[in-house]
Amino acid sequence: MLSKEETQHIADLARLGLSDQEIAEYQKDLSGILDYIDKLRAADTEGARIFTHSIEINNVMRSDVKEQRSREDLEKLRKQMPQTKDNYLKVKAIF
Amino acid sequence: MELTDLTIKQAGAGLSEKKFSAAELADAYLDKIENENEKIFAFLGIDRGGALDQAKTVDEKIKKGEALPPLAGIPMAIKDNLMVDGMRCTSGSKILENYIAPYDATVVKKLKQNFAVILGKTNMDEFAMGSSTETSAFGPTRNPRDPERVPGGSSGGSAAAVAGNLCVAALGSDTGGSIRQPACFCGVVGLKPTYGAVSRYGCTAYASSLDQIGPLAKTVADAQTVFEAIRGADPMDGTAVDFQGRSEEKNKYRIGIPKEYFIEGIDPQIEAAVKKRLAEFEKQGNELVEVSLPHAEYALACYYIIATSEASANLARFDGVRYGFSHQDAKDLADIYSQSRGRGFGSEVRRRIMLGTYVLSAGYYDAYYVRAQKVRSLIKRDFDRAFEIVDAIVAPVSPVLPFKIGQIVDDPLQMYLADIFTISINLAGVPSLALPCGMAGNLPVGLQVIGKHFDESVLFSIGRSLEAIA
Repeated sequence: MLSKEETQHIADLARLGLSDQEIAEYQKDLSGILDYIDKLRAADTEGARIFTHSIEINNVMRSDVKEQRSREDLEKLRKQMPQTKDNYLKVKAIF
Repeated sequence: MELTDLTIKQAGAGLSEKKFSAAELADAYLDKIENENEKIFAFLGIDRGGALDQAKTVDEKIKKGEALPPLAGIPMAIKDNLMVDGMRCTSGSKILENYIAPYDATVVKKLKQNFAVILGKTNMDEFAMGSSTETSAFGPTRNPRDPERVPGGSSGGSAAAVAGNLCVAALGSDTGGSIRQPACFCGVVGLKPTYGAVSRYGCTAYASSLDQIGPLAKTVADAQTVFEAIRGADPMDGTAVDFQGRSEEKNKYRIGIPKEYFIEGIDPQIEAAVKKRLAEFEKQGNELVEVSLPHAEYALACYYIIATSEASANLARFDGVRYGFSHQDAKDLADIYSQSRGRGFGSEVRRRIMLGTYVLSAGYYDAYYVRAQKVRSLIKRDFDRAFEIVDAIVAPVSPVLPFKIGQIVDDPLQMYLADIFTISINLAGVPSLALPCGMAGNLPVGLQVIGKHFDESVLFSIGRSLEAIA
């Protein structure tokens, strides 16, 4: 069973602002799910390789050059920004 | 026959024989959506203007006698985690409620190049996390076969749109069964292609090593037509490749029946319908052999470690800063992140982010993530071994019939168990074609044909024969 403090710590790591009631709910839910996924302990993984990809894949390379995008494209992105100032994205102070 | 009853093949024939125009066809679907969407809630957004413009372009080409691809003029629906330039793209989430896609996903670009008519965007479980379309921030979709029941998920809107004749075919995405299970619940055909067969560029990432985009359609032939249009390499997705089928199509096949998929707990009506269809298939000269996928019992646990780990990283991009929902009443930048995410994500998405964050956190990584990746390689090996002796594997899609809206939505583990027959396929990266195989009362039952990597053509060949038995 996860403790309330552990559950709060996970929420903090994930940058999820949750109420006390939500923390209590996730504490219960996650404990139940973790109990279920603990059944993996029973699997014999002796000698099993760590899975990386299901198919053979190769690196895809491109030249490291600046891509010129249209003003229209940039405008599409700018319009989605929650706050802007002088055509820049505006963010809150870090401290 | 109504215009809205047609398959891709029938609609294409009607267009080329000038029985109706592409504009008339698009209009028929748009009107039907207008009248019936309120009841089913398959669509989140409609693009009447764009659809009619594309239809008129097709009509002009037909008038000029130009040769057109099979999807030209075909009204289609797109799951709302796939970008259509200029259209809202919410992924079923409040955090993207007002997000306008700034470009076309590669699959959408390909559909447009094939002159398909895009009607609109379909409802889905939030960020594709769910098996019933009930986690959508905008409300549940209803199953057209029984509106009291869920359409499955997460591509429930696409499946309901096809089953309810609100489009001819649709695109969905499948991370743990999200195309096949709703196809099964709604009684339509759905393909989860081989990992790497279709570009994921422009699909909102859930679990990148498992996600794959594929078609939902009324027939196996239609699913194949859509798949042929969207498959192939893409410079924007390093995992997407061009490929040739590995195996030859045959007249008779050797089919593996996995004993682990016919277990206690499966609805007896589902077991009976699948076995009946297989018995008919055997009578036609195909061979059935029992195979074993011994690590199947670990698949669900393995999936919920890997998928949530990847999700916790993929969904870190939603920070309330650059786009999407932003909680401005915050004291500093860190508070913007946590308040925007805490309020913008629904409860199932937060649950999976929490689980993924926990299993990746310091001290738990080896016990959970590394162990799951080892088990994943064993699950894939099970399939590799089975495919040494059989051409394909046939199994049920879901252990349960479509359940009632609200029935299990509050029990996450019970909901996860709905995917127990579909997730191994994503973990192994192999393709699987789901198709209807009968009814249990008024509810459809589905089976899936699972193949070797890049053996979609074999699945379509087997699927056509199984479909024809009906």
